[in-house]
Amino acid sequence: MTTQRILIALTLAASLSASGAAHAAEGAPVPPAQKWSFAGPFGKYDQGQLQRGFKIYKEVCASCHAMSLVSFRNLAEPGGPGFSAAQAAAVASEYKIKDLDDKGEVIERPGRPADAFPAPFANDRAAAAANGGVTPPDLSTMAKARTYERGFPWFVIDIFTQYQEQGPDYITALLLGYKNPPKDFVLPPGGNYNEYFPGHVIAMPPPLSDGQVTYDDGAPETVAQYAKDVTAFMMWAAEPHLVQRKRIGFQVMIFLIVLSGLLYFTKKKVWSAVH
Amino acid sequence: MHGNSTYQPQSKIGQWFEKRLPIGGLIHSSFVAYPTPRNLNYWWTFGGILSFMLGVQIITGIVLAMHYTPHVDLAFKSVESIMRDVNYGWLLRYLHSNGASMFFIAVYIHIYRGMYYGSYKEPREVLWILGVIIYLLMMATGFLGYTLPWGQMSFWGATVITNFFSAIPGVGETVVTWLWGGYAVGNPTLNRFYSLHYLLPFVIAGVVVLHVWALHVSGQNNPAGIEPKSERDTVPFTPYATVKDSFMMVAFCILFAWFVFYMPNYLGHADNYIVANPAVTPAHIVPEWYYLPFYAILRAVPDKLLGVLAMFGSIAILAFLPWLDTSKVKSARYRPLYKQFFWLFFAVCIGLGWLGAKPAEGIYVVLSRILTIYYFAHFIVVLPLLGIFEKTKPLPNSISESVLGSKA
Ligand code: HEC
Ligand code: HEM
Repeated sequence: MTTQRILIALTLAASLSASGAAHAAEGAPVPPAQKWSFAGPFGKYDQGQLQRGFKIYKEVCASCHAMSLVSFRNLAEPGGPGFSAAQAAAVASEYKIKDLDDKGEVIERPGRPADAFPAPFANDRAAAAANGGVTPPDLSTMAKARTYERGFPWFVIDIFTQYQEQGPDYITALLLGYKNPPKDFVLPPGGNYNEYFPGHVIAMPPPLSDGQVTYDDGAPETVAQYAKDVTAFMMWAAEPHLVQRKRIGFQVMIFLIVLSGLLYFTKKKVWSAVH
Repeated sequence: MHGNSTYQPQSKIGQWFEKRLPIGGLIHSSFVAYPTPRNLNYWWTFGGILSFMLGVQIITGIVLAMHYTPHVDLAFKSVESIMRDVNYGWLLRYLHSNGASMFFIAVYIHIYRGMYYGSYKEPREVLWILGVIIYLLMMATGFLGYTLPWGQMSFWGATVITNFFSAIPGVGETVVTWLWGGYAVGNPTLNRFYSLHYLLPFVIAGVVVLHVWALHVSGQNNPAGIEPKSERDTVPFTPYATVKDSFMMVAFCILFAWFVFYMPNYLGHADNYIVANPAVTPAHIVPEWYYLPFYAILRAVPDKLLGVLAMFGSIAILAFLPWLDTSKVKSARYRPLYKQFFWLFFAVCIGLGWLGAKPAEGIYVVLSRILTIYYFAHFIVVLPLLGIFEKTKPLPNSISESVLGSKA
C-alpha cells in the first residue's frame, strides 16, 4: 500500500508537470542556472541590482525594446528598485511624452510618474523596419514568457525545490550567448549567431559590451554583470509583486500548517469513540 | 435529503419559518444527521474539496470579471493590469488559474476513487453519470477560461480545439465558422467564450446539487463496497465527516497555496505571457495538463474525424461504466485481479498524459496508439470479462465487521 501511495504521488506529480516540459528550444544547449536573489521561498529582489538593471534597460535596451506595461511610478513601489517618489518623478521628467494640449494640438510634454515607459518606435512596423524586419518584442513580461525544457526527472524535482527561473536563466544565457558561428553554418544577412536562441539566428545584434554602462556602486562593469542585472530588472518588470507574494505565502503556509495540525488532532479526538 | 432529521428549531421565529419553508430541516438532515459509513477513508474527502474549489473559482472569478475586459486588443492588458495595479489582483488571478488545476487534481482523485471502490455500481448509476457530466462541464469551462487572457496559447489552443468541429462531415466548416462568429478565432469568439465561461460554473453548481441529492438518496459507497445494514455501520455526518473533511480541505489548501504563492506559473505555459498573435504559431501548441491524456488519444488516431470521435468517446465511455463492469462485487479490495487492472489503467492514463505533452512524431505516436487501444480495451474487453471470470474474495458480513473484526 505504501509503495502504491508513493507511485500515486510520483505519477501525479509527473502528469502535473508534463505541461512544463512542453516547451523546447530545439538544438540549443541548456542555459546554466544562475544564482538569483529572488529565487526560493524567501526570495527578494536586490534593490541595487534592480537599479543597475534599470540603468542598462534605459541606456541600452530601450532604444529598441518597449516595456509598455511598466510605469515610472512603479519604480517607487515597495518590493521594487526602491526609488523615492521624487526620484521616480525625476526619471519620468527626462522623457518627452506625446499628448494633446487644450486646443487638441499634438504636443510633447515632460513625463509624469503615471506615464508608462514610452515605446522607442511609433508602431510595430516602424520597429521592424529599423531592425532588419523583426520587431523587438516588448520586454514587460519577457522574463515569464521564455522557458526551456527541463525534462524528466527535473520537472518533478522542481515542484519541491521551487525552481522556476527558467526565463531569467535563458535571458542571461542569451545575452551572453553571442559567438562566432561554426564553420559550416550559413548565417543569413542581418542575422547574428547566438548559441541559446532557438535556431541560433537572432536579429538582435549583441547589445552589451564591457564598460558600456557606468555603475556608481562599484559593481563590475562587465557583460556578465550587465546581463544578470538587466535580467533581474526584467524579472521585476514581469512580476512586480513577487516579494509581497512570497512574504504572504509564508504567513499563509504557517497558518495552514498550524490549522491542519489542530484539525488533525480534533479529528482524532472525535473519532476515538468509534475506532 | 430524506428523513434522517428530527430537527426542531429552538426559537419561535425558527419554528414559524420552518413550518413554511423547512430549509433548516433540509440542511440538518443533509449535513448533520446524514448517516455516513463509519469506514470511509481519506479518499472520500475529495467531494467536499471539490465543492470548496468550485466556490473558490466562482468567487475569484466574479471579482476578476470586475476588472477584466473581453476584447482582443485589451484582454491581455487587462489581465496584466489585474496582476500589476489591482489590489491583490495577482493573488486573485493566481488563485483562479491555479485553482482550475487544483480543481482537476481533486476531480481526478475523486473519479479514480470511484473506479477503485466500484462506486458507480447499482444503486449509484445516476449519481455517477451526473459526475461525468460535471467533469465534462469542467473541461469546457477550463478551456473557455484559458482563452480569456488572450496570450499565444489562449489563441492557438482555442484555434486547435474549435477546429475539431471541422471534422464533422459535410457541415464541419460551417459549424466552425458559426462557433467562431467569423472566419477565424477573433473578437466575437472571445466575447462568446467569456459569456459562456461566466455561465458554465453556475450550470456546474446546479448539476452538483443534483449530484449531492442523488448521493443522499443512495447513500455513500465505502471501502468495503457493501451497503450499511444497521445503525452500527454508520456515524452521523456531523461531527464525524465534517471534521475529517475540514482537515483534508485545509491540508489540500497547503498544496494549493504552494503553487499560488511559490510557483504560480509552473502549471501554465510561458507562451501565454506573449500577447496573442494570429501571424505567429508557437513551436508547440499544448493544452493545459488536465487535457493531455485526451489530446494524446486525439493525435493517436490517423484520421481527423475518428480522432475527434475517439477523444470524445474516451470521456463518454465513462458514463457507461456501470454497465460495462459486470462484477457484482464493488470494491477492488475484494477483487484481486481487478485491482491489478485498475493500477494498469491508471498507469496507462498517466502514460497518455505524458505523451500528450510530447510532439506527435516517431516513437511517441506508436506508444500513443498502443495506450489508446488499451484505454478502450480496459472498458470494452477487460471489465466485462473480469466480472465473469474473476474469483473474488469473500465479503465481510457488515461494515462494522470489516472495521472492528468479527467480534463486533
Ligand atoms: C538594436 C536594437 C536592440 C537592442 C539595443 C536590444 N535589442 Fe533585444 N532584440 C532586438 C530584436 C530585433 C529582437 C528580436 C530577435 C529575433 O526575434 O530574432 C530582440 C529580442 C530580444 C529578446 C527575446 C529573445 C527571444 O528569445 O525571443 C530579449 C530577451 C532581448 N531582446 C533582450 C534585450 C536586452 C536585455 C537588451 C538590452 C541589454 C536588448 N535586448 C537590446 C533588438 C534589440
Ligand atoms: C468551474 C469553475 C471555473 C474554472 C475551472 C475556471 C477556469 C479558468 C481558467 C483555466 C482561466 C485562465 C486562467 C489564466 O491562465 O489566467 C480562467 C480565467 C478567467 N475566469 Fe474562470 N474558471 C471558473 C469559474 C469562473 C467564474 C465563475 C468566473 C466569473 C464569474 C470566472 C471568470 C474568469 C475571468 C474573468 C478570467 C480571465 C482572467 C484571468 O485570466 O485570470 N471564472 N478561468
